[in-house]
Amino acid sequence: MPAAIRTAGLCKRFGSLTALDHLELTVPEGTVHGLLGPNGAGKTTTVRILATLITPDEGTAEVFGVDVRDDPRRVRSVIGLTGQYAAVDELLTGRENLHMIGRLFRLSKSDCRARASELLERFGLGDAADRQPKTYSGGMRRRLDVAASLMARPRLIFLDEPTTGLDPRSRMEVWRLLRELVADGTTVLLTTQYLEEADQLADSLSVIDQGRVIVSGTPDELKAQVGQDRVGITLLDPGVMERTVRILRERLGTDPVADPDKMQVHAPLPDGGTLPDLLHLLRESGIAVGDVALRRPTLDDVFLSVTGRSADHGTDRRTSGKETERP
Amino acid sequence: MTSTTLTWESGTSCTQSRNALAWWCSDVWQMTLRNVRHVLRSPELVMFSLVQPVMFILLFTYVFGGAIDVGGERYAQFLLPGILVQMALYGSAAGTTIGVAAEMHEGLMDRFRSMPMSRTAVLLGRTLSEIFRNVGVAGVTVGVGLLVGFRFRGGLLPALAGLLLLLLFGYAVSWFAAYLGLSVRNPEAAQAVGGVWIFPFTLISSAFVPTGSMPGWLQAYAAHSPMTAAVNALRALFTGGPATSYVLQTVAWSVGLIAVFAPLAVRKYGSR
Repeated sequence: MPAAIRTAGLCKRFGSLTALDHLELTVPEGTVHGLLGPNGAGKTTTVRILATLITPDEGTAEVFGVDVRDDPRRVRSVIGLTGQYAAVDELLTGRENLHMIGRLFRLSKSDCRARASELLERFGLGDAADRQPKTYSGGMRRRLDVAASLMARPRLIFLDEPTTGLDPRSRMEVWRLLRELVADGTTVLLTTQYLEEADQLADSLSVIDQGRVIVSGTPDELKAQVGQDRVGITLLDPGVMERTVRILRERLGTDPVADPDKMQVHAPLPDGGTLPDLLHLLRESGIAVGDVALRRPTLDDVFLSVTGRSADHGTDRRTSGKETERP
Repeated sequence: MTSTTLTWESGTSCTQSRNALAWWCSDVWQMTLRNVRHVLRSPELVMFSLVQPVMFILLFTYVFGGAIDVGGERYAQFLLPGILVQMALYGSAAGTTIGVAAEMHEGLMDRFRSMPMSRTAVLLGRTLSEIFRNVGVAGVTVGVGLLVGFRFRGGLLPALAGLLLLLLFGYAVSWFAAYLGLSVRNPEAAQAVGGVWIFPFTLISSAFVPTGSMPGWLQAYAAHSPMTAAVNALRALFTGGPATSYVLQTVAWSVGLIAVFAPLAVRKYGSR
């Protein structure tokens, strides 16, 4: 069984700009793969090549074993694309949109009707089905957009920043739909700038930067690579800070850091060290604890450690980054 | 690799049951339907399309008409074919050039291009829907024309032939307009370009004035303009007179425009 997606040595240049620089990516069928990176990293270019919208300059890109350059039509018949910009017809109703897409995907008329109704209900658009998308909220439009991609039951769906610009509630809705999709066995390639989104949804991740994959693995693997969980303890009495540091060092065998301004002590929590034990020990030593926080390393930490900068850093260059990816 | 062949079939449920031509027709129909719905659901576009010919007929008949000598003929009789052809071109300029340019920047085009549908269908649907619009515009134009004194003097069949010729010419020009719309960088540029290219076509022709009053070099241009051929053909068919040569010229221009710009536009669409 060939992988859903396999690229090897994929390169794409736009003028003097190198969008993809020997990108390697393999996504097994039935999994959700997150493509994570700042704007301009090459996420959208990768999706556009795999969706047969643009051709690579070098290297190969295969969808279920079929090269996108050799037989684009065949690739198109099994993929669904939800791009960054909602791809719905503003003047057709929600139902008409889905029906049109279904017919263009070669579904029979009765199939189209049934499938459109099913998706509209499932995506909570039943009441809005016969209105034009210009009356929809951003979240509803996005759901219609995703529904359109699912009309022909694609085996592979591309979601290019599906929640960018959505409010938190709409984002949760899209996440819920995605989880349902995956339960159906659909393979998903998800691009996102939101580390939390990738963490929540993806089975495996590739962090890309400047057109190459710099690290990949499961979210847990990547986080493990960055380091251990951290515990933060807020004290009520500044006088016990030094004693607390000493106790933590003895107990955990790691190096605690004191933050006198916030009256906090932070320390890496090695495997096997549990929070209740620690609290018990402090109470026995007569140290009053105001607050305790356990923080797992996030994908933000992963990004920072592999690229040397924060994932949010690219947000300022938003407009120019988009333009360079879509000349 | 037998497992591969098996898994490929799930996504497309009835590809096998219809042949490629039938699906191509279905694609074109879907795209035409979509564009016709756009026209019907844009009240301001409908108003603009229908008010414009009325305005032009009234303006030319009552403001300029008295000062233009068309050889003893009623000016309305002379004018109407010119207005009909001009309106067909305006429709293409405003509708197709600007519409296509605007649409190419929408996510929907990426969706279409990532689907197994025919690539010619998107533009065919667009241009075919122009015919639909032109029928409406021509109907209103003729109606107002009849009110201000225009008459079909050549009989019913030539009148119908003239209207069909008009639709063919308008259709051919919409392919040129589509190519133009695909060639400009953005919708703003299309606004500028779309409104400009029709002026040398419509004004420097026999549409509103007899070309005899123009300077010689301009006369030569006007005489060979496709617009002049179309206007003269319609004039001959509606009023009487030798029509064959003008009709053939118009058909030749139309076929030529389609033959050149349809493939160019389709290629441009595919390569974007």
